[in-house]
Amino acid sequence: MENHLPFEKPIMELRNKIDELKSFTDEKDIDLSGEIEKLEQRLEQLEAEVYNNLKPWQRVQIARHPERPTTLDYIDSLFEQFIELHGDRLFGDDEAIVGGIAFFEGSPVTVIGHQRGRDTKENVRRNFGMPHPEGYRKALRLMKQAEKFNRPVICFVDTKGAYPGKAAEERGQSEAIARNLMEMAGLKVPVISVVIGEGGSGGGLALGVANHVHMFENSWYSTISPEGASSILWKDASYAREAAEAMRITAGDLKEFGVIDEIVREPRGGAHHDPKEQMAILRKTLQQSLKDLLVLTPNELIESRYEKFKQMGTFEESDF
Amino acid sequence: MMIKDLFSKRRKYASMPAEREQPKTMNEGVMTKCPKCKTIVYTKELMKHANVCMHCGHHMPMTPSERIDLILDTDSFRELHPHMVSADPLEFPEYKEKLEKDQKKTGHKEAVVTGEGTIGGTPVVLGVMDPAFRMGSMGSVVGEKITRAIERALDLHAPFILFSASGGARMQEGILSLMQMAKTSAALKKMDEAGLLFVSVMTHPTTGGVSASFASLGDYNFAEPEALIGFAGRRIIEQTIRQELPEDFQTSEFLLKHGQLDKVLHRQDMKNVLSAIVQMHT
Ligand SMILES: [Zn+2]
Repeated sequence: MENHLPFEKPIMELRNKIDELKSFTDEKDIDLSGEIEKLEQRLEQLEAEVYNNLKPWQRVQIARHPERPTTLDYIDSLFEQFIELHGDRLFGDDEAIVGGIAFFEGSPVTVIGHQRGRDTKENVRRNFGMPHPEGYRKALRLMKQAEKFNRPVICFVDTKGAYPGKAAEERGQSEAIARNLMEMAGLKVPVISVVIGEGGSGGGLALGVANHVHMFENSWYSTISPEGASSILWKDASYAREAAEAMRITAGDLKEFGVIDEIVREPRGGAHHDPKEQMAILRKTLQQSLKDLLVLTPNELIESRYEKFKQMGTFEESDF
Repeated sequence: MMIKDLFSKRRKYASMPAEREQPKTMNEGVMTKCPKCKTIVYTKELMKHANVCMHCGHHMPMTPSERIDLILDTDSFRELHPHMVSADPLEFPEYKEKLEKDQKKTGHKEAVVTGEGTIGGTPVVLGVMDPAFRMGSMGSVVGEKITRAIERALDLHAPFILFSASGGARMQEGILSLMQMAKTSAALKKMDEAGLLFVSVMTHPTTGGVSASFASLGDYNFAEPEALIGFAGRRIIEQTIRQELPEDFQTSEFLLKHGQLDKVLHRQDMKNVLSAIVQMHT
């Protein structure tokens, strides 16, 4: 892994050392297998130590890793005959959100997700996965189409947030997000949302009003990004690590708050360490969700979705 | 690490972004200075004009009870769930204290007052947000009270009118505050399906998570003049796009020009227009 994260440095160093010893063994014909075995045990220990105790900020870093699989990667591996559909029919096509129709396990579905770029060039084209109103309106158009043709909707959430720009405001960023929240609540077909990376505020939630909401082990979902929270709390964005802890934004936290259904396990170190295994894990999650939801009537789908969000919140009530 | 520990590190505790300048009362409240044109007027006279400056038309803040008196038929209001109070799910430093302070300051327990009443004799359900309470931010209580108000309107088959004023989702309640956007919007979908009327009136300021949920979902979306309405904060947008924004950016008038509002409503016309709309839907 070339692109390792700062907290992975000790692991990388140890791994390099083992590689050195191995090549030394080959070149010099000296038997260092005992030494190598010891170091390999140490590596195993170290990996377990680091990866089994990830801190919120470390998870945020994994969620943002440039090699982390994106929406289109999941679509390519888990769906067949994907046909991408473009445009909101009102203004334009926002490439920060992709969507279309495909087969999942032989049945047609609509699949939609935030799409960040996998390199700088693609990030520019996709606006770093931060949608404008037309992105949300395209998503809604495709969801309504799914409803018409009675197929489930699967959404992948992966955005730092809706784009804070002048044009976005002029074209009604607020209204576009609000409309999605309202219309998703009323969809007569099963809706599944999976937070695969970053779940940035209203911009993430706008694809998140689902019957089942799942969240990857190393993803975050929050009212405000760690940097944003840091700026507000300390007038300084550099306390993002502290804010990530304070704001309780990890999958485990959200499960505790009753906001998500399942935590989707990731291969050790994160999805990018073994994308193939990640695909297999996600496939199982989606299979199970669809199986559970496809037996419900349209009315049951709407009512259970309503009740799900209705119970979210915490307050005290007295008679006086 | 607990969030409490972070605050003990002597980092400067920053407050929320500054609000618009407030009207100043003088001579023990007898006079009030308009923050826009700086004219000093009799407070009593100002109140007769619904807190609108008689010289420049500037709309100054109203309390929920002043708003209720302005809109509903006299003595028709009955409040719903006045005693619901916020919990502190993140154990956020000073949150409880700040809530208590604003409860004392405003006389109500949270940033929205909801209830039933009549307008021109027709029953309606009304919600009024209070920007003086935690900047009108939306936590679990605000979301729940608005949702219950909508459910009440569904039961009564009555219109729902909401005056919004909010800085957005309440950060101190974390993800639960974000989810109130979904909860309230889902309730409005039920009203929509039932063919019931929802009128949204945006007042200064209506931003962030409130603007991106129920406030934008009216069958009719109105706003008071010169209110600040938008999704993202001006400063964040300027930093992102690295250009200066026009002075009227994210005002009611700006939104109207860009097709995002049905109408900008002067406070003095508010009751008549709302009354007419309610009559047209009974
Ligand atoms: Zn004035």
